[in-house]
Amino acid sequence: MSGILNSSIGRKFAMALSALFLMIFILQHFAINILSVFSPDTFNDVSHFMGTFWVIQYLLQPVLIFGVIFHFVMGFVLEIKNNKARAVSYTKNNPSGNSTWMSRNMIWSGGFILVFLIIHFIDFWIPEINTKYIAGDMSGLINPEIADSGYRYHEELVHKFEPIWRVALYCIGFIFLALHLLHGFNSSFQSIGANNKYTKGLKGFAKVYSIGVPLGFIFIALFHHFNH
Amino acid sequence: MMNLTLKIWRQKNASDKGKMMDYALSDVSPDMSFLEMLDVLNQELIEKGEEPVAFDHDCREGICGTCSLYINGRAHGPETKITACQLHMRSFNDGDTIYIEPWRAKAFPVVKDLIVDRSAFDRIQQAGGFISVNTSGNTQDANAIPIEKEHADKAFDAATCIGCGACVASCKNSSAMLFVGAKVSQFALLPQGQVEATDRVLNMVKQMDEEGFGNCTNTGACEVECPKGISLENIARMNQEYLKASLKG
Ligand code: HEM
Ligand code: SF4
Ligand code: FES
Repeated sequence: MSGILNSSIGRKFAMALSALFLMIFILQHFAINILSVFSPDTFNDVSHFMGTFWVIQYLLQPVLIFGVIFHFVMGFVLEIKNNKARAVSYTKNNPSGNSTWMSRNMIWSGGFILVFLIIHFIDFWIPEINTKYIAGDMSGLINPEIADSGYRYHEELVHKFEPIWRVALYCIGFIFLALHLLHGFNSSFQSIGANNKYTKGLKGFAKVYSIGVPLGFIFIALFHHFNH
Repeated sequence: MMNLTLKIWRQKNASDKGKMMDYALSDVSPDMSFLEMLDVLNQELIEKGEEPVAFDHDCREGICGTCSLYINGRAHGPETKITACQLHMRSFNDGDTIYIEPWRAKAFPVVKDLIVDRSAFDRIQQAGGFISVNTSGNTQDANAIPIEKEHADKAFDAATCIGCGACVASCKNSSAMLFVGAKVSQFALLPQGQVEATDRVLNMVKQMDEEGFGNCTNTGACEVECPKGISLENIARMNQEYLKASLKG
């Protein structure tokens, strides 16, 4: 295992593992969010569970934060290294003849996802951490003084999607996620050395996942904007 | 017959800055190979007392891999699965402007004009692209070692890599993973390659990184531009071999 992160393949492997983890996380995030459309009560219950269960809060949440930070920092490190590997560029280059736009612009799609994530953190994560761990209100209630005031999560979500600018921003963020994943999904399997008889089938699934999941998130944002 | 405008990279030597220069060439036959077209240009330049364009070539039949030309933004030009010497002028039209540049990679420095130094590939090969066999009279008959057909075919496909460097030239990261992947796979798939398998992949990848090639983003450009159709599967196999070797080593 001697200094695996110092090698090109080791770094790529780590990149792929963090990406696979993020793809599982996002699927889970989507599964919970879509509940907000079909059943606000279930959404509230699950949100409260996720927001207060110690395994998730103190074990999985730090892993996730590490995973995100590792992924984008490594993304930038790789980009800098790769740019250095070609000192003089071509006068005439026609890369669209041999590769997709998505595959050549992971740093741009990723960069926009990062901007989105920062806004998303300011919108949801920081207020949540503030309420729970700084103000010390772990009740999850709309009004912590009143026991039957109901959980606040669904109401907060709907409130956030009132301004059209935020809805638009979320839609754009997810379009970039779709572009990122249209290349990244299969790429991560190739990176960990899985290119075999299942690869063709996986490519089909990758398309469904990469378009379906971001589209689902966009649907949720639009639903709450226009429905309330 | 065609009239062409050629835009060619001219660079006196490794330390010269170099620049693109324009040349008009008339009466080019569509049956000429691309290299023959350059021969005609060079003849004209020599007759005018100018320095001919230096470019690499040897076999002129797609075997040796020396003819490294980046033509109109693609390695070996617009067609796929061929080298530059196998490209013919019928792939172009009368009045075309053709850009001709050397492979671009920090690990492949320009020697002169269109010639680059690809000895980085040799050093990667020397780091592990071989098997050590005792040839002092007691070599085993190759047919005595049974090998699964599928593995034999895949090893053969990997071994068709001619070390041309088109993969590096067309990769946005100047990554050499397809070349090294092919060289690692060629042995990884055969029993003869197992003895040195761990050291081979570790040493070859180490050398590859030291030479200053970039990382792989899996864009697949290399596979499309490779004249021998070396598959990305070989990179995946190398990644696997590397991981196995790192866990062991
Ligand atoms: C936070 C901002 C992000 C940035 C800056 C970023 C950047 C990058 C970059 C530059 C690459 C290509 C690395 C290479 O050259 O090999 C990449 C790969 C990838 N990213 Fe991201 N990314 C971000 C977020 C995400 C998210 C949220 C997901 C998933 C839900 C994701 C999934 C992937 C996948 C699957 C790959 C392919 C991994 C591989 O090729 O092995 N990324 N990312
Ligand atoms: S892998 Fe293909 S493109 Fe790369 S050096 Fe070998 S033959 Fe040339
Ligand atoms: S000159 Fe040998 S492959 Fe083109």
